[in-house]
Amino acid sequence: MNPIIEFLTRKRGRKKLNLSDYLSYFYLLLGVLIMFGPVFWLILSSFKTPIEITRFPPRLLPYRQETVEVEGYDDPLQMYSVTFEDGSKRALAQVRRIGLEAQMIDLQTPDEIIKVDISQREPIERVSFNLDNYIEGVDSFNFGKYLWNSILVTVFSTILTLLVNSMAAFALSKYKFRGRQTIFLTMVSTLMVPLSVVLVPIFLVITKIGWNNNLLGIIVPVAATPTGVFLLRQYMVTIPDELMDSARIDGASEWRIYAQIILPLTKPALAVLTIFSVMWRWNDFLWPLIVLSRSELFTLQVGLASFQGELNVQWNLILAMTVLTLLPISIIFAVLQRNITTGIATTGLK
Amino acid sequence: MSKNLKTKRYESIGSKLGHWVVSVFDLIFGPVQKLVGVKRVPYLFVLPNLLIFGIFILYPMLLNFVYAFTGGASFFTGERPFVGFDNFERLFACENILQPNTCQEDLFWRAVHNTVFFVIAQVSLMIVVSLVTALILNRKIIWRGFFRSVFFYPCLLSPIVVGLIWKWILQEGGVLNGILVNFGLEKLPFLVDANWARFWVIIVSVWASMGFYTLILLAGLQAIPSELYEAASIDGASSWRAFWKITMPLLMPTMVVVIVLSLIRAVQIFETIYAFTGGGPGTATFYLVQFIYRYGFSSPNKQFGVAAAASLLMAGVLVVLTLIQLAASREEAY
Repeated sequence: MNPIIEFLTRKRGRKKLNLSDYLSYFYLLLGVLIMFGPVFWLILSSFKTPIEITRFPPRLLPYRQETVEVEGYDDPLQMYSVTFEDGSKRALAQVRRIGLEAQMIDLQTPDEIIKVDISQREPIERVSFNLDNYIEGVDSFNFGKYLWNSILVTVFSTILTLLVNSMAAFALSKYKFRGRQTIFLTMVSTLMVPLSVVLVPIFLVITKIGWNNNLLGIIVPVAATPTGVFLLRQYMVTIPDELMDSARIDGASEWRIYAQIILPLTKPALAVLTIFSVMWRWNDFLWPLIVLSRSELFTLQVGLASFQGELNVQWNLILAMTVLTLLPISIIFAVLQRNITTGIATTGLK
Repeated sequence: MSKNLKTKRYESIGSKLGHWVVSVFDLIFGPVQKLVGVKRVPYLFVLPNLLIFGIFILYPMLLNFVYAFTGGASFFTGERPFVGFDNFERLFACENILQPNTCQEDLFWRAVHNTVFFVIAQVSLMIVVSLVTALILNRKIIWRGFFRSVFFYPCLLSPIVVGLIWKWILQEGGVLNGILVNFGLEKLPFLVDANWARFWVIIVSVWASMGFYTLILLAGLQAIPSELYEAASIDGASSWRAFWKITMPLLMPTMVVVIVLSLIRAVQIFETIYAFTGGGPGTATFYLVQFIYRYGFSSPNKQFGVAAAASLLMAGVLVVLTLIQLAASREEAY
């Protein structure tokens, strides 16, 4: 028991690695495997051909059978390695297969058909990261449209969130006015009320405004995030009021004070909120699912969910589209991971 | 050199544009400020946020009560007759609430049972896994930033993506069954068998969000002054003792926040499941939010009143949990 507890609690490492250090690194490496493994497997699988994808048990890398173009045949011919009775091996191209017999040709003598029992041939394969799934998927999935909708929603919703949240936070942190406490407390208390609780009535509101099947219906309602107001207010409170007073003496309007003094000083908090907002809006699913029913308005998440729900859609296309959907957020994460993790650790928000 | 100049030029164009936008708004805002007076200006600043907040969060919350206490098939509140507690009575019409089969709305009670079981199992596992991970990340290790990010990465993936990834891995011909067969074992019905499906829903949801709780716990651990441990080791306390007498008590407030946050999230599980198991097999992974979604939106004969009543019941549970969290975080602040 003791080495385990020591391994869990000890903070200062000695110069030489001991058992608990090895256990720690073992745990962390296992973590890397479990956390990245599934995504890695998804990416590898997304390059596989439809045949390779249904192969069981699956192979790690995407293989593809070699093919050759031969004059006189319309389609490319598949290459096999054939073992003859005398033990010699030759690479032959298959012309056609009839039952248990395959008709094959040697590339040097393409006119001479060689008959081979199919148990004697092995496909010649090579590792190939082929983009076929991506090309076909983008065509049949309307990826461009969904991507565009997702970008529109994410960008405009984030801009709107930053604007209205920072204005509200500015008023709540820099002025004393009647109702300030009430407004702040109401907002904070709804911090935890999730969308799922008000699903039915919020849809009525959207319908009355006429925003269902309209991207505005998923951009505007989510913009007034209590989280954002809370985060920005806590930051703005720490900015000294003297800066505002001297600007007022110079005749600046309250708007100018907000836009040209307070906002630039709030940049770190605004950056954190931007990252969060992009993350939230890119991944939003339940809300767009309810508001949008016309497929040309779907965001990537809704599109992907409906794509996988359709019958007869092949996994190879779904996998490729899933990779494309997670790619943008993964790139953002790779670039900004330090800001994101420290931002969350300091604010306690996600 | 020239590149530098170029970016500088862009920056100055950007800031000029910024100034210009501010000035245009100022042209409108200046007179408005004169009109309403400086004292009322803060109301103008909260107004946009408050409008959106009021219309899309507060008002629907109130409307939810209207739905819950009215009946009929109409979606528009004006056409719905008042029925009192009928919707709630319908949900509670049971001979024995521990046996969903005896209930009028058996689906609701199946969802409740599944949710309760899921929440208890998921939160327990989540706490253990994220605490162990946070403790290890808090040790003196190389590449701490990298490892921290590794555990957080799945939190960024959308629930749909998470669901699809795991469906791909766990399906009958998936890689996990492939590995089992390679080791000479039998395939297992991961998504076909009810208990296996429940098990994997827990694992996948822990996988997808443990990084977030690990980060919060890690921040809590780092706030514990290291002098305490030094003093303890000088006094000859074992690391086992130090863990229970220093780490755990000082981490408790953070721990409560993590427990409550993860409870609140677990109660609302839906989106990952939508792509992962779709609630199946049968109703094995059918949870509360999916019940609300089905009765309010996806079922052909929608029952808005019942959906609203169910969501009010869920909101009640969430409010209690939130109050606990607020009390706990206040304690933490002192």
